[in-house]
Amino acid sequence: MFAFQMADIMPALPEIFLAGIALVLVLVAAYGGETPRSARRVTRIAMGGILITLALVVNGDPLASRAFGGMFSADSFAIYMKVLVLLGTFAALGMSLRSDGDSDINKPEYSLLVLLALVGMMLMISADNLMALYMGVELQSLPLYVVAAMRTNSLRSSEAGLKYFLLGALSSGMLLYGASLVYGVAGTTDFAGIAEAISGRDMPTVFIIGMVFMISGLAFKVSAAPFHMWTPDVYEGSPTLVTALFAIAPKVAAISLLLRLSYGAFGSIADQWQQVLIALSVGSMVIGALGAIMQTDIKRMMAYSSIAHMGYALAGLAAGTVAGVTGVMIYMTGYVFMGAGTFAIILLMRRDGAEATRITDLQGLSRTHPLLALGLLVMMFSMAGIPPLAGFFGKWYVFLAAVEAGLVPLAVIGVVMSVIGAFYYLRIIRLMYFEDTDSPLDSKIPMANRVVLGASLAVILLFFAGIAGLLAAADSAAVALIVLG
Amino acid sequence: MIEALFFYLFAAVMLGAGLMVVVSRNPVFSVLFLILAFFNAAGLFVLIGAEFIAMLLVVVYVGAVAVLFLFVVMMLDINFAEMRAGFQKYLPIGLVVGGILVFELVAAMYGDAFSGATLPAASEISNTRALGNVLYTKYMYLFQVAGLILLVAMIGAISLTMRRRSGVRRQVIAEQNMRRREDSVEIVDVPVGASARTVATVPPGKRER
Repeated sequence: MFAFQMADIMPALPEIFLAGIALVLVLVAAYGGETPRSARRVTRIAMGGILITLALVVNGDPLASRAFGGMFSADSFAIYMKVLVLLGTFAALGMSLRSDGDSDINKPEYSLLVLLALVGMMLMISADNLMALYMGVELQSLPLYVVAAMRTNSLRSSEAGLKYFLLGALSSGMLLYGASLVYGVAGTTDFAGIAEAISGRDMPTVFIIGMVFMISGLAFKVSAAPFHMWTPDVYEGSPTLVTALFAIAPKVAAISLLLRLSYGAFGSIADQWQQVLIALSVGSMVIGALGAIMQTDIKRMMAYSSIAHMGYALAGLAAGTVAGVTGVMIYMTGYVFMGAGTFAIILLMRRDGAEATRITDLQGLSRTHPLLALGLLVMMFSMAGIPPLAGFFGKWYVFLAAVEAGLVPLAVIGVVMSVIGAFYYLRIIRLMYFEDTDSPLDSKIPMANRVVLGASLAVILLFFAGIAGLLAAADSAAVALIVLG
Repeated sequence: MIEALFFYLFAAVMLGAGLMVVVSRNPVFSVLFLILAFFNAAGLFVLIGAEFIAMLLVVVYVGAVAVLFLFVVMMLDINFAEMRAGFQKYLPIGLVVGGILVFELVAAMYGDAFSGATLPAASEISNTRALGNVLYTKYMYLFQVAGLILLVAMIGAISLTMRRRSGVRRQVIAEQNMRRREDSVEIVDVPVGASARTVATVPPGKRER
């Protein structure tokens, strides 16, 4: 008979707390009415809840990390990734606070759904069981489908939501099908149990097929090529605040899940999934770099940019070593802050109150808004991977791990693609600094965007100073994932 | 003996109902036959001792899904005669897909790909009680998360579809109960011989709110 101890629940305390806040917010939102004021109140409470959750996560004990009979694992890897996800979502919610924003996003349900999605992301990061994995993925995806379609009077937003939903459902189906095959062979849904069941045994083809299906399903979630088709349309069609959220948080959770699945459950057959991940990585790097060149809308461009980023992160994942995991973690750290900072600026791209998201709308930004232009310059340099910014360190450690693991061609392709990718980042800088405009963007800069932009800039500029500490934290987390996991 | 009799009864009725779902002209009949098929499948499940799945089938599929189908069939204005015009054209594809399914079922039954799996031992207690025993203890975590997911589905469906539309007459019971006599009835002293038009005022009940 299975009996519950308090120790079985304590590691999941942050998630339980956050879910509790979400349940309270359901009532607050229901009784507060549909006014912008009520929406702001919900958002504020949600942000406060995230901050407390952050404190709970940081104070968690990474040694006593197993909960719910091994389905849930809050090890130091999970703590690291959860901090990233929490910070990213906090920034995205904060930027929705301004009063004159989108009336559709000013619904109280927005923050509520984002909060529930955040719980889902945290469960994904901690999932240590095939069933827990699926539950986390669904809890994360469903609210995001809804917020993508939140602008109900816009055809594009509805289309984005529907597309996201259909492809997400397809990917869930692939994930489940793969999981059923894996379970069928291993006889257990526990990651550690799967690892035990497959070690030192000749794997039937069915198991490999199941594994590939699972990785493909998760590749949808991280929008790795060739499963990236939804990304540009969803990024472009969704309200920009939602796009900012998509660009910052969910992919961190999906990458964490991919890491835990491939290193935790399938650790002993690394040579089998390595090929899949290398293919995904190369595809994403190429599609991301070449696809972005032709884009005219900055949200679409950011979609391709994020595909490319996922390609680089997957290169570290494919290395299959501790250094690879560390590289991915450093990469995702930079990715969150680059995404937050860049979208803090993209959200300001308005002309006479209407969104102006064409890349050419940035023309002459250095004359009309010199500080914003400088901020975007730093972000673009960082995304292009120019030292000593955050993006450079991410790429450096990822490619280093790939080379050390003997994947030199992969690293070479990555470097070539990041050079090609630098073209479109630099094009934005050229537009801002060497073109002129006669219709400047609106000059109102809400406080939240200033804070997010300032904080992201500080992290990206000072990344080199903190890299030693970050590396140590990521390294111990990676060891916890691989060796102890 | 009795068991075999019931098996063939349930199976035969289910197959017949399944066939009728496809061939009957009226889509409402199709849904009703589908419900019949569900009931007989539930009977089959009871025969093999899976009473929980039988209950689920009745509660979820008959009680919710089939009723939803009925609603959709009756409320949407779809020309079903037009939809089934290509029936013969698509028959070969249907046969191929069905054939593949049969082949896969046979392969899964006689193949050995899953021989390494450990089947849980059959226990003495009924499977409903066995499920209850683990659902709220061992799988409490998953159960709770499933609850959150359903909550998300509910909130999402409401927030995407509910909007305040103008020009919709909706019933507000509180307002109806609050209505007083003075608000809606006006006593007009009509002089003898005066035409109705001269005294007609706007009736209070039709005043704009």
